[in-house]
Amino acid sequence: MRSVRALDAQRGRLRRAVGARPALAGLAFFLAIAIALLIAKGANAFGQTTVFGVVSGSYFALGAVGLTIVYGVLRLVNFAHGDFLTFGAYMAFVINVTVGLPLIVAVLFAIATTGAVGVGLELFMWRPMRAKGAGMLPLLLMSIGLAFVIRNGIQMVAGTGERNLRVNVTSTIAFLGLRIGRTELIVVLTSVVVLTLVGLMLRFTSLGKQMRALADNAELAEASGVDTNRIILATWLLAGGLAGLAGVLYASAVGVFTPDLGFLLLLSLFAAVILGGIGDAYGALAGGFLLGLIQEWSTLVIDARWKVAVGFAALIITLVLRPQGIFGRARAI
Amino acid sequence: MTLSSISFSAFGQAEFWIGVGVLAGIYGIFVLGLQLNVGFTGIINFGQVGFMSIGAYAMAILVLKAHWSFWLSLPAATAVAVATGLLIGLPSLRLRADYFAIATIAFAEIIRYVAENARGLTNGNIGLLGFDSSWVSVSNSIQGWLSTSEIQLPLLLVTWGLFGVLTVVMRRVQGTPWGRVLRAVREDEDAARALGKNVFSYKLQSLAIAATLGSLAGYLLALDLAFLSPDQFDPSVTFTGYAVLILGGLASYVGIAAGTAILWVLLEGTRFINLPLSAEQIAALRFVIVGAVLIGLMAFRPQGLFGKREEMVLGG
Repeated sequence: MRSVRALDAQRGRLRRAVGARPALAGLAFFLAIAIALLIAKGANAFGQTTVFGVVSGSYFALGAVGLTIVYGVLRLVNFAHGDFLTFGAYMAFVINVTVGLPLIVAVLFAIATTGAVGVGLELFMWRPMRAKGAGMLPLLLMSIGLAFVIRNGIQMVAGTGERNLRVNVTSTIAFLGLRIGRTELIVVLTSVVVLTLVGLMLRFTSLGKQMRALADNAELAEASGVDTNRIILATWLLAGGLAGLAGVLYASAVGVFTPDLGFLLLLSLFAAVILGGIGDAYGALAGGFLLGLIQEWSTLVIDARWKVAVGFAALIITLVLRPQGIFGRARAI
Repeated sequence: MTLSSISFSAFGQAEFWIGVGVLAGIYGIFVLGLQLNVGFTGIINFGQVGFMSIGAYAMAILVLKAHWSFWLSLPAATAVAVATGLLIGLPSLRLRADYFAIATIAFAEIIRYVAENARGLTNGNIGLLGFDSSWVSVSNSIQGWLSTSEIQLPLLLVTWGLFGVLTVVMRRVQGTPWGRVLRAVREDEDAARALGKNVFSYKLQSLAIAATLGSLAGYLLALDLAFLSPDQFDPSVTFTGYAVLILGGLASYVGIAAGTAILWVLLEGTRFINLPLSAEQIAALRFVIVGAVLIGLMAFRPQGLFGKREEMVLGG
């Protein structure tokens, strides 16, 4: 009896400790798995899958940040977000391959056009729907319809054949016995720089603060003088631009892409968003890299063809056990 | 746009439209499940294609790998689909509506990955064949009685017959006290709970029935194609189902029949339009149409063709 009570007390303490620092508890759990894999599978295999995980994490994170900001500000689960990535990749293809300009021009073009699509859709679709007071299901279904139109519209113009950008996919860099493609390294660095800038923007600029205020409490933000429509437009511009960039980075890192690119990535982006806590930009950033690592580390234990499904399983498990995300506070839901 | 210059023989056209009718009927049964979930219970099931896939694959695997009788494999496959529905519903029905939607689409995608990768059971992308010999002999005898040369006519009759029966059953069910509790759950979960109703259990039952209907649509699709492969079960099937549901009008049974017939005539009709497009582009065009139907309806007529404004829970 006493031991049971002691155990209960201990469990209570543990729960309180976990409850107080969910981020730390999540991180500790994650580190424990990492260490177990490191010991069981050896430093080299672990290190190499970690490198791969960081590479895929870098475009997951970019895609997920846009998806989560749109959710945070508009409470809209945008099923067309994946197809924004596809759109960006094909816009880059037009400039880089069809026109033949350098990739950096293509990247900027992809960011600008995808951002413009985000803004255009806000003006012609989402804003009128909000004005009508449309609820969650109509907006969900509308975004699904939009996803169909973008993906298949691209397919009608460009066909289903595999495309590739003019990037160097053969040369690799080796360090400490690990290898990473030259392009993959550039992808990771680009993503880290851009995500840091986005993070700083959200934290310190007036625009970023207003976005976070709107995400926190739309009515309160509006009452305190936030120009809602302007901030929403900026949100779409940011989300679209990041999605365009993510699409190009995916196309560069993986080497080939088809009109299904974004559709196939969408659930992984949801997984990243939900791992990090929906609506939380920093969470999505962490969630993206976390998902990349989970997927690649899983290949140490089970066949690599299951890795995408492992990501979806992580999505469901997170939703069931911690719907506010691994690092999330209860406020986020 | 001009009509195709390719002339179809009367025989060819009948065969073509019977094929369209079979697909429309299969989607009708599929959408009855979505209707119950979305229209009458207010739960957003985005994973209906997963149940369809489980029904079709469980039937084919039981027949081919376990050498069960085809007729016995049908209820068993439905049982598997229902069990999976309970398994996915138990943890995820407590989630908020949009999280539930994401969880169910992830579930359906996991099922598709299993169909693709558990090659010992499903043959992966090579697919499964030859599970339908019992059905083919029945179909041949029906063809004999009707003295018709249309191979797919028996399946058309069975599909629409089943769809008709299920529609009547589902309508009846809506009128029972059970059905009224479902609507109460849809309208105001807290109020239903305050009346002592176990909201969670009602939602779970609703999902289990949708899984049953999905598995029925699954076998019929398997019989229609005489072949199963994972890419027949991608999420666009679920969303085409949503287009049917919204086109007909949420919470309207006439709407499902009309919606599925109209959408499939529209989709298959693209073949008769003489556009300078490749087969690949026509395939893409069909999904552009599905997407445009969804967007257009949501923007201009969210109650669809036959939906009633007072039944509209879309705004909620």
